[in-house]
Amino acid sequence: MAKYVVKRICYMLLTLFTVASITFFLMRSIPGDPLASMAKTLPEQTKENFYAKYGLDQPLYKQYFKYMEGLVHLDLGESILYAGRSVTSEIARTSPVSGMVGGTALIIGTFIGVCLGMVAALKKNRWPDYVVMFIAILGATIPVFVLASLMQYVFAVQLGWLPASGWGKPVHMVLPVIVLGFGSVATYARYIKSSMLDTLGQDYVLTARAKGLSERAVILKHVLRNSLLPAVTIFSSSIVGVFTGAFVTEKMFSIPGIGLYYVSSINNNDYTMVMGTTVFYAALFIIMQLVVDFVYMILDPRIRIASDR
Amino acid sequence: MQNIPIEKFQITGLNENSMEAASRPQVGYLRDAWMRLRKNKVATASLILLFVIVLMVMIGPKLSGYAFEQIDKTARNAAPCAKHWFGTDKLGRDIFARVWISGRVSLTIGVLGALICAVIGCIYGGIAAYFGGAVDTVMMRIVEILISVPYLIVVIVFSLVLQSKGILTLILAMTITGWCTMARFVRAQMLAIKNEEYILAAQALGVRPWKVILRHMIPNTLSTVIVSITFDIPGYIFSEAFLSYIGLGIQPPNTSWGVMASSAQSVFTFYPYQLFFPAVMIALTMLCFTLLGDGLRDALDPKLRK
Repeated sequence: MAKYVVKRICYMLLTLFTVASITFFLMRSIPGDPLASMAKTLPEQTKENFYAKYGLDQPLYKQYFKYMEGLVHLDLGESILYAGRSVTSEIARTSPVSGMVGGTALIIGTFIGVCLGMVAALKKNRWPDYVVMFIAILGATIPVFVLASLMQYVFAVQLGWLPASGWGKPVHMVLPVIVLGFGSVATYARYIKSSMLDTLGQDYVLTARAKGLSERAVILKHVLRNSLLPAVTIFSSSIVGVFTGAFVTEKMFSIPGIGLYYVSSINNNDYTMVMGTTVFYAALFIIMQLVVDFVYMILDPRIRIASDR
Repeated sequence: MQNIPIEKFQITGLNENSMEAASRPQVGYLRDAWMRLRKNKVATASLILLFVIVLMVMIGPKLSGYAFEQIDKTARNAAPCAKHWFGTDKLGRDIFARVWISGRVSLTIGVLGALICAVIGCIYGGIAAYFGGAVDTVMMRIVEILISVPYLIVVIVFSLVLQSKGILTLILAMTITGWCTMARFVRAQMLAIKNEEYILAAQALGVRPWKVILRHMIPNTLSTVIVSITFDIPGYIFSEAFLSYIGLGIQPPNTSWGVMASSAQSVFTFYPYQLFFPAVMIALTMLCFTLLGDGLRDALDPKLRK
C-alpha cells in the first residue's frame, strides 16, 4: 500500500514537471513578444529594463531553469499586465472565491444528482424516471452561457428576485451556484441511475432481501454504497469542470474569481499569468485524481488487494 | 381404450426438401442493429431531426433570400417577421441565414474533431494493447500525462500558440489531447479481445502486427467506437461554443453557433431571440447526438441480440 502511494506521488510530480515544461515552451513559442504591445511607445532604455526584469533578454534555457526554480519555491513569476503583482498572490487571492462558488455548486449539485439518480433507478420506466432523465439530458445539452443568460433574464431582469451580477453578499452566489450545479446534477443523476440499476441486479442484494432486511436498509447499506463507487471516479473531473465552467460564469456574473482572471489574462496576452494559472489548474486536477484514487482504494477493498500484490 | 385408426397418426404437410430450410431469413449483425435502432422511437426521432438539421445547414441559407454577411441598415435588431424569419442582429444581418451558415462550421468542427480523435485513438490504443509490456506502459504513461491537463486549458493554450483562428486551427487545438480518452477506451476494449481465437489464428498464420490491428482488432471494436463518436460530437460543438464565448473561436467574417450566441449574449435582455436561435440549435444538436448515441449503444450491443 505504502509503496503504491509513493509510486503514485512520484508519477504525480513527474506529470506536473512535464506539464509545466510543455506549458513553458508552448507559451514561449507564441509568435510576437508579450511586451510588444505595451513597450512600442517606450524609450529603448526602458524597453531593455522591461526585458531584463522579466528575464526575456536571457537565452531560452536560462529562462526555463529560472522558471522551474521559481516553480519549486511556488513562485510563478510576476504579472506582465499588472506590474508588481505576483501570479502566486493573484491565484491565492482569486481561487478561494472560485472555490467557494464552485465548491457550493459541486456539493449541492452532487447531492441533488445522487438523490435524483436514486429516484430514477428505483422508479424505473415510471414518470419520476422520465422527469429525472429529462433534467439530466437538459443539463448535458444546454451550454453554460445560455443557461446563465436565461437565469439572469428570468430571475434578475423579469422577476427582479436576485441580482444579475456582482459579488459580496450571499445572495450574489445563488444564480452562479444554480448554473454551475446544474451540470453536476445532470452528470450524477445519469451515473447513479445506471450504477444503481447494475447493483440492484447483484446477488448480494438478493441475499440481503432474503435475510429479511428492510427495503430502506437494502437500498442505503448495500445498493447506494456500492453504486457510489463509479461516481467517485468522476469527482476529480467534476471539480475541474466546475473550475473551467467558472471561466464563463465568473465573466457573466462579474465574480472576481480565478476564472475571470484567467480569461482576462488570455485576452490581454498576460503570458506569465496564463502559464501560472495553467500550471495551477493542472496541479489541482492531478492532485484531485490522486485523492480520488486513494478514496476509491479506501471504499473498495478489491482495489486495495490488487495494489498490495 | 378404443382403437384409433393408424392413418390418424400419419405426419401431414411434411416436405422433405424444405426440412432444412431456415424458418426466417438470416439477419446479419448490422441489419439486426439497424432493425433494433429503428424500433427505438427516441433514437429514430433524433436521427430524423439530425437529418433535417444537416439538410437545413445545406439548403437553409438559400431559403431566406439573404447572404449571411449581407447588411440591411434599415432593419437592425429587427424582431422575427415575414421579411426576416428569425429577425436580424445589431448590424442588420439575417439571423435565419446566419444560423444555418454557422451550423456548417459547428457541425464540421464537431464531426471532424470526433473522427480525427477516433482514428488516432484507435491506432494508438490498438498498438498499446497489441504489443503490451513496456510499449503499453510507456504509451499509456504518455496518455496519462496528456490527460492530466484539463482539456479546455490545453485547447486555450494551443489556440493562443497557433494564433490563426480558422476552423482547422480550432480542430487541431481540440484534437491535440482529445484522442487520449479514445485511446484508453480502445485499449481497454482491445485487451479484452486480444486473446480471442481469431487473433491467435491470425498470428499463427504469420499475419503482420499492423494488419492484425487494422484488419481484426479495430473492426471488432468499431461498434463501441461509433457509439463513442456520437457522444463526442456534442462535446466538440460545446468546446467550440465555449472558445468562441471567451474570444478564441472562429473570427469574422466566418461565424458559428458559438460566435452567434456569444455576440447575442450582450444584448440578450433587449433582444432575446438573437440568443434563442443559436442556443436552440446547439442544444438540439447536442440532444440529438446524445440520444442517438444511447440508441446506437443499445442497438450495437451484442449482449442484447436475440
